[in-house]
Amino acid sequence: MRVTVRLFARLRELGGAGELVREVPDGSTVSGVWQALVRDFPAFAAYEPSLSCAVNAEYAKFKTAVSDGDEIAFLPPVSGG
Amino acid sequence: MMTRTAITESVLDVAALARLVEGPGHGAVATFLGLVRDHNQGRRVTHLVYEAYEPMAVKALDRIVREATERWPSVVLAVHHRTGRLAIGEASVAIAAASPHRADAFAVCRYAIERIKQIVPIWKHEYFEGGDTWIEGATADPDDAEARERAMRIACA
Repeated sequence: MRVTVRLFARLRELGGAGELVREVPDGSTVSGVWQALVRDFPAFAAYEPSLSCAVNAEYAKFKTAVSDGDEIAFLPPVSGG
Repeated sequence: MMTRTAITESVLDVAALARLVEGPGHGAVATFLGLVRDHNQGRRVTHLVYEAYEPMAVKALDRIVREATERWPSVVLAVHHRTGRLAIGEASVAIAAASPHRADAFAVCRYAIERIKQIVPIWKHEYFEGGDTWIEGATADPDDAEARERAMRIACA
């Protein structure tokens, strides 16, 4: 199945794009999508302890299952205000 | 028609936000403006660029309004956050809270800004003399009850 990955701030810069399309196996979780990204972008690994994630613009857990067509976002620590 | 929560590239208008929340039963409107400061951690800041995951940021602002209204049912709250390039002195965030009495209006303003820094997917890219850096603050987790309680304690201090 195919998902859209959204990246922001420093992660967007490290990944070279704010939006990526990824093929992932059926039954994947957010964590699985992240692990595949880390293989492509090893510098992402440093973000693992401080990362948040979202599925279709709602906060999610890394164990959340993903579906075909989902938008998966990885959020570095936020700094609004 | 102005909405109570917004992510916008336009200049913020706190007076318009105050008018949006005020009503005949309100004896107080407290407002808060967050401004771009010319220094940060010893660096001479030249400007900031704010990036947001916009649809999710609006939902997070809506969530903060719901949380505030649960705790302070008589308060009306509006929050607008800006994105894009901001010069020194420009407002990045505007908050207005109206309530029958002043204590709740002040408290809700403070609660809103503390929660924004915890859970709204917005990032500042700081440009300073000699370089630039992404500011990374809190790991965003709206279900983190401890963070929410911390915001509540600061608001009620």
